[in-house]
Amino acid sequence: MSTTQVKFYQVGSFAVGNRLLRDDERSVQSDPDRTNALTSGHRACQGCGEALGARYALDAAMRATNDQLIAVNATGCLEVFSTPYPESSWRVAWLHSLFGNAPAVATGVAAALKAKGNTTTRVVAQGGDGATVDIGLGPLSGMFERNDDVLYICYDNEAYMNTGVQRSGATPPAARTATTQAVGANPGNLFGQGKYLPKIAMAHDIPYVATATIADLRDLEAKVERAMSMRGARYLHVLVPCPLGWGSASADTIKIARLATQSGLFPVFEAVNGEVVASSKIRHRVPVDEYLKLQARYSHLFSPQRNDQVIDHLQRIADKNIERYELIISEGE
Amino acid sequence: MFQVRIHGRGGQGVVTAAELLAVAVFDGGKHAQAFPSFGSERTGAPVVAYCRISDHEIRAREPIMEPDVLIIQDASLIKQIDVFAGLQPRGYVIINSAESAEELQLADKIKVPHSLAILPATEIALTHLGRPVPNAVLLGAFSALTGVVPLEAVASAINEKFKPKIAAGNVAAATAAYEYVMNQVATHA
Amino acid sequence: MLRQVEGSKAVADAVAACQPEVICAYPISPQTHIVEGLSQLVKDGTLPNCEFINVESEFAAMSVAIGASATGARTYTATASQGLLYMVEAVYNASGLGLPIVMTVANRAIGGPINIWNDHSDSMSQRDSGWLQLYAENNQEAVDLHIQAFRIAEEMSMPVMVCMDGFILTHAYEQVDIPTTDEVKAFLPPFVPRQHLDPAEPVSIGAMVGPESFMEVKYLAHQRMIDSAAKVQEVAKDFEAHFGRKTGGLLRSYRTDGAETIVLALGSIIGTLKDVVDELNLDGKSIGVVGLTSFRPFPYEAVAAALKGAKRVIILEKAFSTGTGGIVTQDVARAIEGMGIKDFTVIAGLGGRPITIASLRNYLTNAMAENVERLTFLDLEIDTVEVEINKERALR
Repeated sequence: MSTTQVKFYQVGSFAVGNRLLRDDERSVQSDPDRTNALTSGHRACQGCGEALGARYALDAAMRATNDQLIAVNATGCLEVFSTPYPESSWRVAWLHSLFGNAPAVATGVAAALKAKGNTTTRVVAQGGDGATVDIGLGPLSGMFERNDDVLYICYDNEAYMNTGVQRSGATPPAARTATTQAVGANPGNLFGQGKYLPKIAMAHDIPYVATATIADLRDLEAKVERAMSMRGARYLHVLVPCPLGWGSASADTIKIARLATQSGLFPVFEAVNGEVVASSKIRHRVPVDEYLKLQARYSHLFSPQRNDQVIDHLQRIADKNIERYELIISEGE
Repeated sequence: MFQVRIHGRGGQGVVTAAELLAVAVFDGGKHAQAFPSFGSERTGAPVVAYCRISDHEIRAREPIMEPDVLIIQDASLIKQIDVFAGLQPRGYVIINSAESAEELQLADKIKVPHSLAILPATEIALTHLGRPVPNAVLLGAFSALTGVVPLEAVASAINEKFKPKIAAGNVAAATAAYEYVMNQVATHA
Repeated sequence: MLRQVEGSKAVADAVAACQPEVICAYPISPQTHIVEGLSQLVKDGTLPNCEFINVESEFAAMSVAIGASATGARTYTATASQGLLYMVEAVYNASGLGLPIVMTVANRAIGGPINIWNDHSDSMSQRDSGWLQLYAENNQEAVDLHIQAFRIAEEMSMPVMVCMDGFILTHAYEQVDIPTTDEVKAFLPPFVPRQHLDPAEPVSIGAMVGPESFMEVKYLAHQRMIDSAAKVQEVAKDFEAHFGRKTGGLLRSYRTDGAETIVLALGSIIGTLKDVVDELNLDGKSIGVVGLTSFRPFPYEAVAAALKGAKRVIILEKAFSTGTGGIVTQDVARAIEGMGIKDFTVIAGLGGRPITIASLRNYLTNAMAENVERLTFLDLEIDTVEVEINKERALR
């Protein structure tokens, strides 16, 4: 039987219509009986990337575990906007303890379940970049080293947003924050060697590490589901633009996430036991300018004129990512 | 109340000696409280351990300043620190050494009337145990010199604490020390 | 069963007899032997259905305990000194979330300068945290308090610190009767949490409480702590009924009937004080001891009743508030307000300085004649410190 390649297009996106997919291939969000783990009524900003990412991630985790899930949350935007006592947006068993201890608390939850002989209930821990990369790094590394059965999801908006947009270990070079102002000889965050958590996670040789963004929500769901099919320590790093902190239009959140991937600044890949096994290829590569231009936290790079030196440096970082993670299919591949 | 102070160096089992003594006392039906003079772990540094023995519950916990018995596991300490400080008149002194009292210059150091036993405990340990650890050995000497704890209780404490092969060696060594001291006492009587 | 055993080992065996489900601890002198003992019991199967987590810091230890306890597991940890301070954020979080965690604090001085020896500065620093604090007089009481602690904690939904003097008790070999698992089971029922993380009935624990409700939440915790005094007594009484000995409870009095002077203290020094007080009484002096077991909740009424009739109370403390003086003193003073009893404070044993019978005898003899300052640091090298003080003052 011969086959014909058929291309489906929807203007402005690369999604194929859901109605053509099997039930289990459909987005969790298409299921009217989904958990709605993070339901409406929370106090997130208009266009919040984290609220979107968390809802998709936890709904996917609930489906993957047959609703047998406990979530542990670090202090941060997600926790604050979702549980203004006496209200809570969470429709899953949920615990918030402190800022720096979400991984350790999740370890404790997993240990309790194990001690009780409960092998069905699973554990997800979540926190922002500050909680994950800085203050919680010790406990996170401990969780990795012990291979505790927890999926840790980091929602990375690249600064301490809840406290007013201060710089974190995940803040990219040149970005303006409240503690790396756009003034002086080197405006914005300094160029350092960064603290790239996905690689740190991979260095622990844990079963699964992946990056994702809210621009590709089906990909995010698939990665959560894949992660929940495994046991042991797993890490998911999700880019979630923050309109307030990044100085972008609330309608641009998803677009900006896409430009982050298409420029190469945010590589999307999966790693198993410390080795990269797959990466999402860039479909329409863009220069970093396209990504930076939409965010006021980088406006000092364009005004009064384009700061060639800095932007070129950022471009080189993107180029290096593309090479390292093989994000572009070259001719003949 | 009977107060025992044990001097030695880190790594010689001084703390274990006090613990063994406490267990021996307990096995003999009395109350015992044993504890070390505490410090960070360091081989070779001077170490002190204490053991109080009584027919009644022991409540006080100060370091033993006025010992009734002194056990010196390492004779090189005699020149270094005042191991005999506070020794009670008619107290007991047990020293692990192959030298004599004169050679150790004890007359200058011990100012009160006392009963003395000097024995080559390290050598006895080497003979029966194959290792130069004199702590359990010296408890055999303690039993002989003071009579406060019977040799059987020392043996039972050793058997509780150590694995069978090492315990056997220690019991043999403690017994040898017991007999050595009994002979020494008999000779001086 | 009656055994001659190291304090730490006794505690490990007692905790194991309570069948905790999660143990998570980070090593710090002088608690190490407790944790090692428990690790062995879990690993060799003596303590089954228990997860022993080797955590990477004390902060992680208390955090793991929080997660485990919130999931409905009976949870235990242990620490001291610097470790306790390192986990303080989580210590407050545990009590705020109403989690019945039991923690041994092997009392040790807080640095700087670093000091590994015993005093009470560590647990005293957490007196406002909402944890109960029970202090053991000897290793038998240390054993018994841990067993009582699990029951108190779980029935109150409050965490409990069992404090035992580092080295002095943890590393002392003495006679203890350690109940078996079955004996403990008859006294300590399985843990039924007030609420826990359960996918079948999801709740959100740890919401953000704003100014409109925070005072009420905190007031409830305050009231609960006050109410826990009755629970401490009730559990101690039931313990006596089960095991035949009087340990735990709020406080105990020794030779205080008609005593003109009463010494009040916490922890292992009570034993030494009893011996000193016996000597002094033989000498015709009128002096007794009140040993305080429960520091939090502070038993104001019981202390007032115990000190009634005395002319003066000497509070012996192993910690102090810098620039101020005694800590326990402040609570005692409040308890005896208006009763016409004078109070004197003696700070002793800081950083493990041995407290000798001789120096206690000397101090107390003077104290009975009120021939002491209101605040004394026992056995202080006055000459040395005076030189230093004058030097510093001259420089300023």
